[in-house]
Amino acid sequence: MTERLVIIGNGMAPGRMLEHLLEQAPGRYAVTIFNAEPRVNYDRIMLSPVLSGEKAYEEIIIHGDGWYIANNITLYKGHKIVAIDRAAKTVTSDHGVTEAYDKLVIATGSVPFIIPVPGHNLPGVLTYRDLDDVQAMMLAAQSRAKAVVIGGGLLGLEAAAGLNAQGMDVTVLHVMPTLMERQLDPAAGYLLQRAVEQRGIKVITKANTQAITGNGKVEQVELADGTIIPATLVVMAVGIRPNAALAKEAGVAVNRGIVVDAGMRSNDPDIYALGECAEVNGMVYGLVAPLYEMARVAAHQLAGNEAAAFVHMDTPTKLKVTGIDLFSLGDFAEGEDRQEIVLRDAAAGVYKRLVLKDDRIIGTVLYGETADGAWFNDLKKKQTDISQMRDTLIFGQSYQGGAPLDPMAAVAALPDDAEICGCNGVCKGKITGAITAKGLTSLDDVRAHTKASASCGSCTGLVEKLMVLTLGDTYNPAAVQPMCSCTTLGHDEVRRLIIAKQLKTIPAVMQELEWKTSCGCAKCRPALNYYLVCDWPDDYADDYQSRFINERVHANIQKDGTYSVVPRMWGGVTNAAELRAIADVVDKFEIPMVKVTGGQRIDMLGIRKEDLPAVWADLGQAGFVSGHAYAKGLRTVKTCVGSDWCRFGTQDSTGLGIRIEKFMWGSWTPAKVKMAVSGCPRNCAEATCKDVGVICVDSGYEIHFAGAAGLDIKGTEVLGLVKTEDEALEHIVALTQMYREQGRYLERIYKWAKRIGIPEIKRQIMDDGAKRKAYYERFVFSQKFAQVDPWSERVSGKDKHEFRPMASVGFAQAAE
Amino acid sequence: MNWISIGTLSDIPRRGARCVATPQGKVAVFRTQDDQVYAIDDHCPHKGGPLSQGIVHGAAVTCPLHNWVISLETGKALGADEGAVRTIPVKVEDERLFLALEALASRAA
Repeated sequence: MTERLVIIGNGMAPGRMLEHLLEQAPGRYAVTIFNAEPRVNYDRIMLSPVLSGEKAYEEIIIHGDGWYIANNITLYKGHKIVAIDRAAKTVTSDHGVTEAYDKLVIATGSVPFIIPVPGHNLPGVLTYRDLDDVQAMMLAAQSRAKAVVIGGGLLGLEAAAGLNAQGMDVTVLHVMPTLMERQLDPAAGYLLQRAVEQRGIKVITKANTQAITGNGKVEQVELADGTIIPATLVVMAVGIRPNAALAKEAGVAVNRGIVVDAGMRSNDPDIYALGECAEVNGMVYGLVAPLYEMARVAAHQLAGNEAAAFVHMDTPTKLKVTGIDLFSLGDFAEGEDRQEIVLRDAAAGVYKRLVLKDDRIIGTVLYGETADGAWFNDLKKKQTDISQMRDTLIFGQSYQGGAPLDPMAAVAALPDDAEICGCNGVCKGKITGAITAKGLTSLDDVRAHTKASASCGSCTGLVEKLMVLTLGDTYNPAAVQPMCSCTTLGHDEVRRLIIAKQLKTIPAVMQELEWKTSCGCAKCRPALNYYLVCDWPDDYADDYQSRFINERVHANIQKDGTYSVVPRMWGGVTNAAELRAIADVVDKFEIPMVKVTGGQRIDMLGIRKEDLPAVWADLGQAGFVSGHAYAKGLRTVKTCVGSDWCRFGTQDSTGLGIRIEKFMWGSWTPAKVKMAVSGCPRNCAEATCKDVGVICVDSGYEIHFAGAAGLDIKGTEVLGLVKTEDEALEHIVALTQMYREQGRYLERIYKWAKRIGIPEIKRQIMDDGAKRKAYYERFVFSQKFAQVDPWSERVSGKDKHEFRPMASVGFAQAAE
Repeated sequence: MNWISIGTLSDIPRRGARCVATPQGKVAVFRTQDDQVYAIDDHCPHKGGPLSQGIVHGAAVTCPLHNWVISLETGKALGADEGAVRTIPVKVEDERLFLALEALASRAA
């Protein structure tokens, strides 16, 4: 007798299952399908090309009406099943049709996840799941207005590209720092973002949607940081979850999805589940390859072959956006027993990464050139030992002895108008042009004719690379000490290239400058973070995970893991209220050690990390802010009492010190900066061994710099004499900015000055008024973003996770 | 093995760490750039520095006190330094993190 097979859902998985079943057991079942969508089975993967207008609905149909008739299958279109009666073995649709089954297959797929922000149910908010959604989006796109896509994963980016192709002005909001972070490492995520942006789609990462607002329909999206984005259409594409509600109501076992065994059978032996609603071995799936595998297994089972079993498989991810080539497969996490091979071609926008374990590929990320994806996938699947082809593996299958990697590629890829020498404003084209036109063969020639590298010299490495590119192997550049083992470039070259190529994130630097590791090391990351903070004060988002712990928690770590805290005492001046507040904090938190520092302030040592925010809150009540005693930044400005009190004082040294400190606090520098102002040449503030010092004299202010009193001891150099306090401030600020822009990370001012030369620094700061003014203004601009008290920020809740344990476990057991 | 819940993946910043307090001392739970999670004692084999406070790069952490680099997978010091710190089994299930309770207890014995 024919058995009755009822299928709930008519997506791709049950469609494929029926194809297998009709082949293996033709005529065994009388098949009835209930489809909540009012249509036949179509290829959901191709919805993106439909949205972008590259395909029509008719072209993506898998099974037309004729197929159902030919195979004698009853299809109820637009019937949603509302109840399963397992005792009676029937299902009932919302139109009242009841059908009995011997075997039931649940293939209800998934439902889009809706972020429950205010306004999520306004007209104009859509999801991206089925043809109805696509048609609604295409209708909305006719207005050529603004759209916001929430979600920068696979689906969100495809929706954004489609809406963009339909002529809408699209902004993608993504809550994570890089796009598609589940499939891509940050380097590939950076390239993807660049490609998406080049199409005219705006991307905002770390975007936390707070509300969708409008009068009766969508008008704008509001982010947690206050940003408002006008929009007439909002597409939520933040993820999907298995649609298992119906099965759960019927009492079928449901965890994340409908729980099935490897044979796709649920805890009710007559009910199977497959597709996105099914959970096998704790996993749910959303990509088509494993879903088709489920379909194959279910068909075998229904045909009586009980040996058929589903086995987990990794599936490559590809983005279906025309012109963006992207491939991701397997496990691409790092690990000690794993090795990676990275190939970056900045000029071509190519990034390839293979992760190997025991000479076998376990993961692959390809961007820009994905032709070898299938080959890598095959090597991975077959567990091929690649040790024989290791050196050439990354170049792909067709590689046969091609050219080795070119260390000059990043420089070669620079456009002719990229600025190489910042001091003298010389671009690449001028340098290569002069080398060719004038037949220059030495660095001195190039300096003489173009002025490039003739001032501070920090672009020397780049100029030499340009000479090699132009002259070939006849020119032998001096070796440059690389920043760390992640790159062949030196600090100066990296700094110049960050500016010339407008690199504004750490992943951007690593990609464009062809870093050899995927996420850098503890040497290069803090350096890059500083360079980016310094060069793009308004654009760059400080990467706290690339900062040393002291700068991350704004206190100094001690040998026992406790911290010390030094509040700012402007110019070393304090009063009874401040001292009382410090005394109270010391008592309240039982701080074991209080010490007067060499920088004229008070250090509290031995504070537990968990107590830091509370300590800062109390200090903040008394008006204290962070003294940045932990920072590669401005530390203290020591002063003497000056003309207010001292019988020898010539100027108000205390006042000038406080003024400098209030103007410059919060700024980040390559290494720490300590300053002092003395009111007369007796120099009680010890200004002549500081990074920057001022000696007040009757005729004005003598500015000193490049002193040292640590590992090295060195008296300062004299920068020059100025007449007024205003001038003194301007010169000191300009000098500091010059150092900020040219110094190598961790290089103190005296070492920088030795490298650049005292006369060159004097020329730029004392003699060149326009240059000085420009340095001064860049510092002032940067301070707009830097002068935020980090302690009060953290008292208000920033980086809460830093100060609390994640959990406490095992204490109850220990007490027993 | 008994697994004890300690929180979710999103509690830890990428390339960062959080501590779990236990009667035998702190355990540092790390999350790498690629969302791998590791747990080791928060105690550098060199001079006891809190490894949870270090900079995380790849599957390694650099101790904040004297820059020893410790493998998160094996707990061993990398490079020229010699020494090792205990690793504790940790698993991620559906974004939730679990530590192996036995491993915690065995340390007390």
